Amino acid sequence: MLRYIVKRVLLMIPTLLGAAVLVFVLMRLIPGDVCVLRLATGGGMDPQVLQNCRAEIGTDQPMWVQFWTFIKGLVVLDFGKSMWTGREISEEVGLRFQLSLQVAIMATITAILLAIPLGTISAVKQNTWIDYVVRAFSIAGVAMPSFWLGILIILGILITSKAWFGVSWMPPITYVPIWVDPVHNLSMLIWPALATGYRYSAVATRMTRSAMLEVLREDYVRTARAKGVFQRLIVRRHALRNALLPVITIIGIEFAFLMGGLVVTEQVFNLNGLGKLFVESVSNQDYNMTQALVMLVVGIFAFTNLVVDIFYAWLDPRIRYNR
Amino acid sequence: MKALHWKSAFSLLAALLAAPLLAGPALADTPKTGGILKFVVPDEPPSFDGHRETTFALVHPFAPFYSTLIRVDPQDPAGYNFVCDLCTGMPKPTDDGKTFTFKIRKDVKFHDGSPLTAKDVHASFQRIIFPSQGVSSARKAQFAMVDSVSATDDETVVFKLKHPSGAFIASVATPFNFIYSKAKLDADQHWYEKNVMGSGPFVFETRQAGALVKGKRNPDYYHKGLPYLDGFEAIFAKTQTLRVQAIRGDQAAIEFRGLPPKSRDDLVAALGKDITVQESDWNCSLLVTANHSKKPFDDVRVRRALTLAVDRWGGSKDLSKIAIVKAVGGIVFPGHPLAATKAELEKLPGYWPDINKSRAEAKRLLQEAGVADLKFTLLNRGVDQPYTIVGTWLIDQWKQVGITVDQKVEATGPFFASLNAGNFDVTVEFNCQSIVNPLVDVSRFRPDAGDQYGKFQDAELIKMHDAMNKTADEAEQRRLMRAYEKRVLEDEAHTSVTLWWYRIIAHRSYMKGWKVTPSHYLNQDLAQVWLDK
Repeated sequence: MLRYIVKRVLLMIPTLLGAAVLVFVLMRLIPGDVCVLRLATGGGMDPQVLQNCRAEIGTDQPMWVQFWTFIKGLVVLDFGKSMWTGREISEEVGLRFQLSLQVAIMATITAILLAIPLGTISAVKQNTWIDYVVRAFSIAGVAMPSFWLGILIILGILITSKAWFGVSWMPPITYVPIWVDPVHNLSMLIWPALATGYRYSAVATRMTRSAMLEVLREDYVRTARAKGVFQRLIVRRHALRNALLPVITIIGIEFAFLMGGLVVTEQVFNLNGLGKLFVESVSNQDYNMTQALVMLVVGIFAFTNLVVDIFYAWLDPRIRYNR
Repeated sequence: MKALHWKSAFSLLAALLAAPLLAGPALADTPKTGGILKFVVPDEPPSFDGHRETTFALVHPFAPFYSTLIRVDPQDPAGYNFVCDLCTGMPKPTDDGKTFTFKIRKDVKFHDGSPLTAKDVHASFQRIIFPSQGVSSARKAQFAMVDSVSATDDETVVFKLKHPSGAFIASVATPFNFIYSKAKLDADQHWYEKNVMGSGPFVFETRQAGALVKGKRNPDYYHKGLPYLDGFEAIFAKTQTLRVQAIRGDQAAIEFRGLPPKSRDDLVAALGKDITVQESDWNCSLLVTANHSKKPFDDVRVRRALTLAVDRWGGSKDLSKIAIVKAVGGIVFPGHPLAATKAELEKLPGYWPDINKSRAEAKRLLQEAGVADLKFTLLNRGVDQPYTIVGTWLIDQWKQVGITVDQKVEATGPFFASLNAGNFDVTVEFNCQSIVNPLVDVSRFRPDAGDQYGKFQDAELIKMHDAMNKTADEAEQRRLMRAYEKRVLEDEAHTSVTLWWYRIIAHRSYMKGWKVTPSHYLNQDLAQVWLDK
């Protein structure tokens, strides 16, 4: 197993390098200039100051020098300073990473708590009213964008708080770490976690249902039934464990996506997360920040896939990685 | 300084006219101390340096930390009177209007406890007017009339001008002109780009990148009894829907930039008496500028046809219901003594009372120029209010005279890159200023202005503007302004003004002591604001 993990970690290197080349080239294909943006918005600009700005952030250097600087930084995990704010990227990303991670974890927990029981019940009670309700619930979740659900949640809270308590209330729009003020933290993050977790759970519910339906028709399940094993035990011990393999994959991919992909939902709830930073850094032409964020997200995807593969081995002892 | 007297007279008139509107319960109430004001800010500035930045996103969260030498009277922020902040009395110019001597208060301390002296004021203005190499100063050009700045002792700062100028005092009062510590600047001219340390009513407490800026009350503030608030939180919120919901859900009391009419109406409908609305004409005009370096826009007849096709009087009525534009005006802030009267405006192309006659003339000019079936692309900024809304309206206006227009909407970054590179046919742009000071504000139309995107040359226009700035005689200023305006909008039709912006502020009624101004840059130190909770 250890050998497998080392091999997978080594395989991450070309993946990261490929992503690095891609993001470096793509960013430079976008028309515009971070210095023009910094200096020209709403006013004139002195050519000398513009030149100084480019020299300060290094965009006046030949392309290969810029690439070499980026790769050197990548190796030692030092992405330098934001070209937009001039601050250390680690400082800019730190707090946002914390928030995005918490939302991703909360949304994943919401999704797992909803998807696995609902998907299982739906499969076991196939073509009954329970199955129809669960399917409608999950199809609605897939069809409904989480940012739209987020807007509805906020409006719903505003209207019901006014109707019930006489004052309009909405969740806090500033982030406080959970260990500083858990009530403030949870009352802010529970709503985006529910909005994204619902969509996430809908995908996972459908996956659980179809995987369960397949497994429940397997010979070993029929054999277990023939042996007189209780249905509940068959489902829990024999069917669900095997059916979870594709579900785990979906959960892993979605978790990684949530870390950097909640762009619109973050704006709906004013979450100062990685997705918002991503969009801002691209629109500000902040190459350093965008490159760092892309590498971070690629790293998260690679790591999550590794964790998913390890889970596979735990769930299905037939899978042996050291062969 | 006749110009200043004139301004005072205008302020008095404005105050008298506005008195019935302002004499509500807010003035009768006694301010209460305490509380934290939360407000939303639509954007975050790239740096914390007021001398470098041009955006309101810098002023709203950071102005409360700083003092300025002089400022617009906080008791009448919508007026045109200037009063001292750090000085002890407004100076009377000497040396035929070429020398201004400011005496500095002795009781001012920076937030680190060090005394603020004339040397700090001198170092700050030296950085703004004569920045050293590598230092970016956004308002250097506004001080073109200044010959030197000096601190003769700890209490005296002297500005020597090259010539008398009616624009000087207003330029000094610009709210971005924060007074920095000389010691900090001597150590590092870029220190203030990433750090905050002033002498204003609030002390910098914390900043979360991309999220918020917090300030707490300065107990040693030199304007005794102020500020009323214990502190403030400036919360960055990019989407307008969220900002409106934040006010509705009481996560914020106000957004100081402005809201569109629909948001105002929604808030009033939802909150009733818990919301207070303040409105004002806005010292921002939306311009249409043709790229003179591209054919056929090098032909003045084509440029004039573009402005003749636009029905400003009708547009004002309709667009003001959905967008943050309203007043019809020339190049000067409507209502100012230097602005064109309605009768004067109606003589300019594009302002004629008979739009059919105007459009017939536009068609004739296009025919004469050989481009009766003109087609072009309108470059616009990807911001709804008011850019894309007005841009879409303009396309329809031009269609009435047979011009076919595509709209190319770009995000702010690429938009400014296109403007600077001259990659456009015709563009929608803006002239937004802080203090209403037409002599400075109209410098935006000079061919040598840094943000003149039309790429035209016009030595005569420069001469006219210079002459206007060198006279203190208000009648002469007005006469020259009309000639300057005629040259910009008619004779050369270098650019055209569509409509002036309209500022709508809807805030929680418990927030008191703040009055709307014609600029979203003004009256933002929050010293007078208090909460009636």
